[in-house]
Amino acid sequence: MASTTCVECSSELTIPDDVESGEILDCDTCGTELEVIGVDPVELSKAPELEEDWGE
Amino acid sequence: MNVGFLYSQIRADEKLLLTELRSRGHDILKIDVRKHQFSIQGPPSEFKDLDIVIDRCIAQSQSKFASIFFASYGIPIVNDPMVVERCSDKVKTSLLLSNAGIPTPETTIAFSPESALEAIETMGYPCVIKPIVGSWGRLMAKIDTRAAAEAIVEHKATLGHYEHKIFYIQKFINKPNRDIRVVTVDGNPIAAMTRTSKHWLTNAAKGAKVDAYDIPKEVESLVKQASKAVGGGLLGVDLMELDDGGFTVHEINPGTEFKALNECVDIDVPAQIINWIESVANKKGEGR
Repeated sequence: MASTTCVECSSELTIPDDVESGEILDCDTCGTELEVIGVDPVELSKAPELEEDWGE
Repeated sequence: MNVGFLYSQIRADEKLLLTELRSRGHDILKIDVRKHQFSIQGPPSEFKDLDIVIDRCIAQSQSKFASIFFASYGIPIVNDPMVVERCSDKVKTSLLLSNAGIPTPETTIAFSPESALEAIETMGYPCVIKPIVGSWGRLMAKIDTRAAAEAIVEHKATLGHYEHKIFYIQKFINKPNRDIRVVTVDGNPIAAMTRTSKHWLTNAAKGAKVDAYDIPKEVESLVKQASKAVGGGLLGVDLMELDDGGFTVHEINPGTEFKALNECVDIDVPAQIINWIESVANKKGEGR
């Protein structure tokens, strides 16, 4: 598994081998939701905030 | 099969679908709805060879409008934009269910705070106010007293955007600490689960416990009717059990999540969904 750092708290984050662009990951240290914006190499940004019309 | 995968975020549900599609050798074009433009002049060249598009946008507004474009380009999309429009709006869903004779909770719409309070008093306590668009149990209010009704109605009228000034008032159903979610494709159930919680909201997103549920004939029939009433497709149909042993259909989800369901049943839910999508693409392909 690859690793990178959380954009919020800089802790090391393990990235699953089958990571997808657009995937949402949680930082185990600070709890921030992170969006994968690139996979080769893995690049993260803070995930968008929940909007009112999100859902099923 | 060339599959367009329309999304804004990849949750576990989307990942399950992508994994299943790839395991079957389908070509996938991931379409991040936030990064594309949709022109009335026609589709971009990259969309032209798509056999089908799977809409998994997390924002219902994006889903509603983006799906219209794919349909207008003549590219089959699941769900159909008409189904998305009907199911992402609780007013339309309730009307369609009621008009089809499907048991659904008593519901009244009001367009002013005064009228909303009158409707609440007429319906009686407890009742529920829901946003007409929304999911995961958010912004739902159980109203037990006149004082609570006044406060909630005033807050919605003062703080909410215009859709919160459409007051969707529903009779509270005293369900047995659980509701039922059935995932269906064109009315045929794939699998079902109960969602149990001591809280009156039993959404899985609110932490309800999920368990596999064997679908009785009555539920199967109601789900089939409910799916038909809104136009079919891949749906999460929610029902509650009534004191008299019957059921009531309270919600239909056009972008149903299924990760929790997949984990509590012995059925491979994403595989069943992709089986259905393949059959839709094949049928549409014959007509194109």
